[in-house]
Amino acid sequence: MENIPVKSSIPPVDRTLGLQLLYQMMLIRRFEEKSAEMYGKMKIRGFLHLYIGEEAVAVGVIHALQPEDNVLCTYREHGHALARGIDPGIIMAEMYGKAEGCSLGRGGSMHLFDKGKKFFGGNAIVAGHLPMAVGMALASKKLKTNHITCCFFGEGAAAEGEFHESMNLAALWGVPLLMVCENNLYAMGTALRYSHAVQQLEKKGIAYGIESRSVDGMDVLAVEHAAREAVEMIRVTGRPFFLVCNTYRFRAHSMFDAELYREKTEVEEWKKKDPIPALQSRLLEWESVTNQDIKELEEKIESELQKAVDFAEAGTWEPVEDLKRYVYSEA
Amino acid sequence: MNTPDGYIKITYREALKQALRVSLQKDERVFLMGEDVGRYGGAFAVSKGLLGEFGPDRIMDVPLSESGFTGAGIGAALGGLRPIVELMTVNFSLLAMDQVVNNAATLLHMSGGQLNVPVVIRMSTGLGRQLAAQHSHSWEPIYAHIPGLIVLSAGTHEDARGMLPAALQSPDPVVIFESNSMLNLEAEIPANSGMVDITTAHVKREGKDISIITYGAGVYKAMDAAQILADAGMNPEVIDLRVLRPLDENAVMTSVRKTHRVLLVEEAWGSVNISAELSARIMEQAFYELDAPVQRLGGMEVPIPYPKHLEDACVPQTADIVTRIKKMLQHD
Repeated sequence: MENIPVKSSIPPVDRTLGLQLLYQMMLIRRFEEKSAEMYGKMKIRGFLHLYIGEEAVAVGVIHALQPEDNVLCTYREHGHALARGIDPGIIMAEMYGKAEGCSLGRGGSMHLFDKGKKFFGGNAIVAGHLPMAVGMALASKKLKTNHITCCFFGEGAAAEGEFHESMNLAALWGVPLLMVCENNLYAMGTALRYSHAVQQLEKKGIAYGIESRSVDGMDVLAVEHAAREAVEMIRVTGRPFFLVCNTYRFRAHSMFDAELYREKTEVEEWKKKDPIPALQSRLLEWESVTNQDIKELEEKIESELQKAVDFAEAGTWEPVEDLKRYVYSEA
Repeated sequence: MNTPDGYIKITYREALKQALRVSLQKDERVFLMGEDVGRYGGAFAVSKGLLGEFGPDRIMDVPLSESGFTGAGIGAALGGLRPIVELMTVNFSLLAMDQVVNNAATLLHMSGGQLNVPVVIRMSTGLGRQLAAQHSHSWEPIYAHIPGLIVLSAGTHEDARGMLPAALQSPDPVVIFESNSMLNLEAEIPANSGMVDITTAHVKREGKDISIITYGAGVYKAMDAAQILADAGMNPEVIDLRVLRPLDENAVMTSVRKTHRVLLVEEAWGSVNISAELSARIMEQAFYELDAPVQRLGGMEVPIPYPKHLEDACVPQTADIVTRIKKMLQHD
């Protein structure tokens, strides 16, 4: 699939930005590996969907947002939560089901929420959060806040009616919404070519009169640049933007997936485009960072993850007596 | 007949419109969104004229995207507004069911108490206008099944006018059912009454022989039946449930303890309906108060047909209530 090049070429990034993006992607990668480990130890149960391979998308896009902008995600959202600045320990505690988790332990892996960070899930009905994102953007427009809403979803969601309804409503109402399609080529195990007649997904945005672009989702700098331009455009025009990030999931759909639907060689080919080593070598080449910097990041992350696991382990279970709390608001 | 002092005579439709108008006047955050609510004037002319009064930002016509605009209403509520989503009729509401169940009703609990959803969803319900199988549903029980929703049924003119302003004060999602067959029905209601409570059932008629418990289009039918029965020397009590979730058990059990006999009346399909739930709760909580088994009159379990005589036969009518109660009181 061809990606439309970003408008301007991406200049070498400075040390601060380079380190920040690299740190976030490395943190997500190691956090996901640690999550898989804890799943193996049966500390985490239920569904667990790993973001390994797709880190550049969440990191690049969320970097382009402001803290007051709304973020809505799918059930594969640990990476987005980390990029949004939710503490790894609080996310890990949530996945353990502990009351110290960001959703009181009630949501688990698929339902991370943090109202203070404007992080609105963690939604596990494919495309179910898209109409809500349109509504949140509509509220920003009506209240004249100049905040935008950023909604992540997969290419699987783009086959749902709610995607098409939401795109039409967003364009019709002219709301400040960034729709980010994380095209990892597989809706669970069904390849893009088996689920979409038109596989250049950005064309679906154009059909609704929405400014649309696709970008190499394995290149965090390209994603960050495209997202920043999209966000600037949304803030100026108040209108929606459709950004397709072409990426790939290195790991199985969930922990229950035997990956019968794709060849190992295909996965290996995509791993050559791994966004983390790609950024590392560019930053080293530009002399923005040193090998020592990278080593220090690795050590920092290991220590943070240990703290996260310790925090989750030390967490408490919500008392069963509280089960019925928050079915309705408390006075 | 003259309308008594302090009362006005209005249609159910006009009562619904007054509810909308007063709600829009009172709070800038309130807006109405729905299919044909603006330029068309509302499918049932409930919002006729409001577009001119409040403008297109507050009376929003939406495309035929039930899931999309209902979800957008939920999102707008999360974003600080007080949307009224009109789903035209319950028949189309299943297209928005995922949004209602998985988002509106679920977000507060699933987020550990962080995200309440103050959205109000209105829809008309019921049969009576010969609209046939796909436009005549009474699906209140489906909504009443869902934890996290507050489910209201406006069976009277007072509630048609008073429930919406009260629902807009709720921090949680409220679904209001409006009776399709009652739109042109006139009644006298207090001129100045506004908001009503949305937590309790109401005793519409005090009595001591039997409790007729109903809601929605069943309320006026039960009242008519009660009058006929009273003329024949019986004294039934009529309870309008009003709130289908959470049910006002206290009002129900109080009435059972008083009359010791119960007839449950509703238009929804007979199996697994509100009456089934109420019957079970009466057994659990007031079994030894009963002098006779609880009985039910529910909707016939068929798709609603078009011809008037068959449509009428699908739901309990006033005469059916009268006949059943005479049997129960051995007055036949």
